[in-house]
Amino acid sequence: MAINITINGKQIEAQAGQTVLQAAQQNGIEIPTLCYHKDLSPSGNCRMCVVEVKGLRFLQAACVAPIYEGMEIQTRNDKVVADRKMTLEMMLANHPQDCITCEVSGECELQDLAYEYKAQAPYWGSKGTRYPVNSDPNPFIRVDMNRCILCRRCVSACAEIQVRNVWGVAHRGFDEQIVAGAGINMLEARCESCGQCVAYCPTGALSNKMNYGAARAHQVKRVTTTCSYCGVGCNFDLLVKKDKVIGVASNANASVNGLALCVKGRYGYDYIHHPERLTAPKVRRYLVDGTVKPKGHHDVTTGQPNPWDWVESDWDTALSFVAKKLKNTRDTFGPDTIGVLTSAKCTNEENYVMNKLARQVIGTNNIDHCARL
Amino acid sequence: MNFSESLFIIGSNTSEQHPVFGTMLRRAIKNRGVKLIVADPRRIDMVDFATMHIRQNPGTDIALLNGLMYIIIEKGWEDKAFIEERCENFDEFKATVMQYPPQKASEITGVPVGQLYQAAEIMATTKPMAVMWAMGITQHIVGVRNVMTLANLQMLLGNMGKPGGGVNPLRGQNNVQGACDMGGLPNVYTAYQNVINDEARLKFARAWGCDEAPRTKEGLQGTSSNGLPSTVGLTVTEMMPGILTEKVRALYIMGENPVTSDPDSAHIRHCLEQIDFLVLQDIFPTETAEFADVLLPGVSFAEKTGTITNTERRVQMVNQAIPEIGQARQDWAITAGIAMKMLEGQVDQPETRFVKMDAPWAKWNYTDSSDIMSEINALTPSYTGITHSRLLKGERLQWPVPALDHPGTPILHTKGFARGKGKFMPIDHVPPPEMPDDAYPTILSTGRVLYHWHGGAMTRRAKGLMEVYPEAMVEVNQDDAVKLGLDGKKRVRVTSRRGSIEALAWVTDRVPPGMVYANFHFPESSANELTIAALDPVSKIPSFKVCAVKVEIVE
Repeated sequence: MAINITINGKQIEAQAGQTVLQAAQQNGIEIPTLCYHKDLSPSGNCRMCVVEVKGLRFLQAACVAPIYEGMEIQTRNDKVVADRKMTLEMMLANHPQDCITCEVSGECELQDLAYEYKAQAPYWGSKGTRYPVNSDPNPFIRVDMNRCILCRRCVSACAEIQVRNVWGVAHRGFDEQIVAGAGINMLEARCESCGQCVAYCPTGALSNKMNYGAARAHQVKRVTTTCSYCGVGCNFDLLVKKDKVIGVASNANASVNGLALCVKGRYGYDYIHHPERLTAPKVRRYLVDGTVKPKGHHDVTTGQPNPWDWVESDWDTALSFVAKKLKNTRDTFGPDTIGVLTSAKCTNEENYVMNKLARQVIGTNNIDHCARL
Repeated sequence: MNFSESLFIIGSNTSEQHPVFGTMLRRAIKNRGVKLIVADPRRIDMVDFATMHIRQNPGTDIALLNGLMYIIIEKGWEDKAFIEERCENFDEFKATVMQYPPQKASEITGVPVGQLYQAAEIMATTKPMAVMWAMGITQHIVGVRNVMTLANLQMLLGNMGKPGGGVNPLRGQNNVQGACDMGGLPNVYTAYQNVINDEARLKFARAWGCDEAPRTKEGLQGTSSNGLPSTVGLTVTEMMPGILTEKVRALYIMGENPVTSDPDSAHIRHCLEQIDFLVLQDIFPTETAEFADVLLPGVSFAEKTGTITNTERRVQMVNQAIPEIGQARQDWAITAGIAMKMLEGQVDQPETRFVKMDAPWAKWNYTDSSDIMSEINALTPSYTGITHSRLLKGERLQWPVPALDHPGTPILHTKGFARGKGKFMPIDHVPPPEMPDDAYPTILSTGRVLYHWHGGAMTRRAKGLMEVYPEAMVEVNQDDAVKLGLDGKKRVRVTSRRGSIEALAWVTDRVPPGMVYANFHFPESSANELTIAALDPVSKIPSFKVCAVKVEIVE
């Protein structure tokens, strides 16, 4: 059902059941938010999205205020702006003033809003840190509750996206605090280390431990890609600095998964730069020497040059050995004495060329991969 | 799944193996009140969210499902209109199902009769129901029969070809769907065009510059003509033993690690030791590298551009983020390099193979992976309209995409099955190939854990994952732990007829008494030292989920 409302003097037709925020966003009118996130149920607790509604005594939180016929809304008059600025100052009064060293500087929603509203921490603000920094032993997630603004997005993300309910709220008033379980550590509280809470946290309260200090938002190149682990096909961004993958970040446009990822997808990327990566072709010494392949076990370390030793080689040499050997096998014993194992870890294009190599060049249907395993 | 009223998970540890999909299921359960039935011998995490947990004995899925279908038919809950219009062979199927009255099904499966009735009622009254499974269904000697039995169930309930219903296998690897789609199988070219079909063979022979006649000589001597072979090739589980009989003399392996991922590792090592020539293309020197003659460094997903196809047939881009590390090369370029060297200076003589390079798709000098995709488009009906440029523009494509302007196909079989009518298959229970006895009294089932992946080549090299899950754990039931006298001691030795491993014991009610569960992420204590290489006769999938072992304490 259509409902007529007025936002900033402009007549707008909205749908019954919408909130002020939804109606405004649909019409391209921006209202700042902090605790609100479109994926999560709104809680209306941070008061950043307040708007003035004609006839109502108090400012209304747009994320939870339902619209009604004839509603007249002001989203950015002096009263609203002053109120938002006050809200930000209250948050900053209890937030470390150390953006200069903060991990999420440049992608912090509190920082952006403080900048926009020219809000400063008031002189009467809290001094020093109230909670231990880096307080949780989780190997992936860095917890610094000093930076927490109690927006509860982490609580909602864990309850509504991951459906794990690790995070909760403890204590009241100024002592109010986000805790894992009943104040135990995250893994003890059955955390699956998916990092959804980090993806939804608007500040540096929850950040990634693995790339702490590696790079900030403006220093990284983001490359959208598809995860290499399971068959669900989650999309995310690889964060790249100086040709090195330093992290993974959720990408809101991901068609399958949205911001959600699992522990392997989000945090299992450091194998990419592991020192054991193969970086040059290697061939056994017997191939270089042109001798017959000796029988017996392959990896023998005797200290002496051994036909099984690995010798680094250039590509041309290595590929020539392979081509020659496959060709000889094919021409001497028949194409069906060669087997090709392609890979469910590789791309369609790579699998296609393996299928073509086996069938066109070698002439065999002996091609398979680990789908069965 | 968004339209399902109930979910039936059988043989899928969804929240650990497809974690993000697992959260989608949890959301459906939490937000929409969808009912979940989990059938699994183990109390997996999804059980926490289930309406009911059926804990059947390992390897008794057919008896369980037939027992449920007996009740559905007995109560008249089957979808008679759907069966009449869209299916065939119902009577023969029914005769078999009638051999599984609840009492008998209960005896075989260990599931109480009351639970069978309860589950059947949920299935019959909350529709549509989606069935989801993974390797827990397929990795049995009766894997194919298990799948057919699930298809029977869904046809019986009329849940096929409907949003929120259907049979939904969850594919394991990121691109297992694509590897199959691209002809990475011994019986099909791309898009499942069968190698024994003359028309398909001719199409590819013409495209690739091969002779139109099939490659004639079968045996080991001489190579014969330049055609494409018209017989089905060997599967991975046949190639390995084939080495011992010199049926297979050379292997080219890209991105696979059979020593850890195949059953009965000791036997695989024995086979690979005998091979004439093994070339391995990978990013790490895996356990299989020990047996290789040449190691070729490929690249990780961060260093390549191409497409992969997920479990719902959605084709998505992988984009290169960093340059190749060291001298590592694009995997397709390595394969192309081998092909070009093999074709270099080729002569059209009977004792060797000759490819006519002027054929439309004979070429190997690809410029990049999108160039390869053009060739895939031309030869693969379901991928005709899938191009890198469409995907990069943000289009979301699920095959079949038969044309460049086609939007893709999210649901298959909406109007009819591929073969016309859905055929009910009468299927009987067959016990697993190796059951516990006095010498090996415990059942071993195997799988993976949340923090690791397959043979572990990647995840054992990820620091954080190793911090949370640093070594293999074997799940042991608390009653068994008491009987063993585990009492504070931490390690167990698990032995089968094929091998023995030592690992940390995790005393837990996740496994029932008489069963242990182990993974194959850690080569030094890999479950595949123990597993049996008994194969499903059709799919050639090994029976990873059931074999017999004995468990002892390591003092």
